Amino acid sequence: MRINNHPILDQKKEEEEEITFTFEGKELKGFKGETVAAALIANGVRVFRRSTKDNRPRGLFCAIGNCSSCLMKVDGESNVRTCMKRLEEGMEVQRQEGEGEI
Amino acid sequence: MLTTEIVVIGGGPAGMNSALAAASQGAEVTLLDRNWELGGQLVKQTHKFFGSENQFAGERGIDIAEILSERVHDNSRITVRKNSSVLGIYHDGVLTFEQDDKYKKLTSRQTVVATGAAEKFLSFTNNDLPGVYGAGAVQTLMNQQGVLPGKNVLIIGAGNIGLIVAYQLLQAGVSVEAIIEALPEIGGYEVHRDKIKRMGVPILTSHSIKKAYGEERVEGAIIGEIDSSWSFIDGTKKDFKADVICLAVGLSPLIDLLHPLGLEISYVPNLGGLAPKRDEYLETTISGYFVAGDCAGVEEASSAMMEGNIAGLSAANSIGYKKSFQEKFRNNRDELRKLREGETAKEVRAGLGEVRL
Repeated sequence: MRINNHPILDQKKEEEEEITFTFEGKELKGFKGETVAAALIANGVRVFRRSTKDNRPRGLFCAIGNCSSCLMKVDGESNVRTCMKRLEEGMEVQRQEGEGEI
Repeated sequence: MLTTEIVVIGGGPAGMNSALAAASQGAEVTLLDRNWELGGQLVKQTHKFFGSENQFAGERGIDIAEILSERVHDNSRITVRKNSSVLGIYHDGVLTFEQDDKYKKLTSRQTVVATGAAEKFLSFTNNDLPGVYGAGAVQTLMNQQGVLPGKNVLIIGAGNIGLIVAYQLLQAGVSVEAIIEALPEIGGYEVHRDKIKRMGVPILTSHSIKKAYGEERVEGAIIGEIDSSWSFIDGTKKDFKADVICLAVGLSPLIDLLHPLGLEISYVPNLGGLAPKRDEYLETTISGYFVAGDCAGVEEASSAMMEGNIAGLSAANSIGYKKSFQEKFRNNRDELRKLREGETAKEVRAGLGEVRL
């Protein structure tokens, strides 16, 4: 769900480049340069990873790189802060299980 | 090893002003920020600011971010390093950071820490369910990324942030089910409160959240009325359907980077939590380390900008850039005092009294 009309902000999305990335192997659309977390939320994805201890679902919380709630596996790398990582064409995004692989 | 005269950590309102103030005195400055653009939390503040001309009163945060960021980039004495997360500060003046996946080291003669604040969390059942967002995250999604956080939102906390975020959600076309506030009174300014009330959003005071519920993601919340000892009152339970629970329960200073240096800190609830002790020049108990903005005690962007000026001027002064220092310092200090006058800043004034050296 994206904002198309806003009284203050110009929505420049039409001028931005729409790209394709994958989440859990499934193709999704996003915009180049937005954060991976924002692209996922826009596509209705809420569960980003599973907690280390009790395997509980976790999603975005702070969105500014402070907490570790949104850590995911991006292009094979674990523990990527998806609220800080900017989306690129062909990016492979996966849910992270626990501590991920280091 | 990279070198600079003054390093400023954090490119929000306090950090950008620190860098500009130090550079205006003649110092060479390096500004580090973990984001891909400068501005800190200003980049998502779509509302107009208070204060006076020196703090861009009447301008929106997003526009202030652009103005300051341009000034910083145009200044030849300031080196800006974005995508740079500082990892550690060491006693010998060396700082380590990661920039674009590369590990780097930097030495400086003076350090200004302007790292801002972190969202506070709240204890309730299932508070880790996806869909429980900090108020700042809701703003980031909507106002910076142009993405809706959900369809219907329950906001916890009726301070200024809770009220402003409620208004911004309504502007973006999201339904705000209610704002609940544990205190018996609404904490935010009347001007924000009245806007929300006019738009028909209920604000429930003396209410708290008991639990969130939902399968894999937030589907609703159980709230209830609380008594003066913060216990839930029997028979007051209400069920709100919501796909987002937005926590606007305050911020706490982010000074993790400074802790290992062993500086003196105090727990000051009026400033949001653990705050560093500092003198009137904003120098901490470790010589050569200054603080400015929310990391020195949570206030507003307007005071962060003034503190940024003071810390930048003082850091430059310490290494010999003394051009009209006393006069410039006094002007900023007086301006800051003006911002902290009045009833609304009473708690901040009391808090500052506890950390002033």
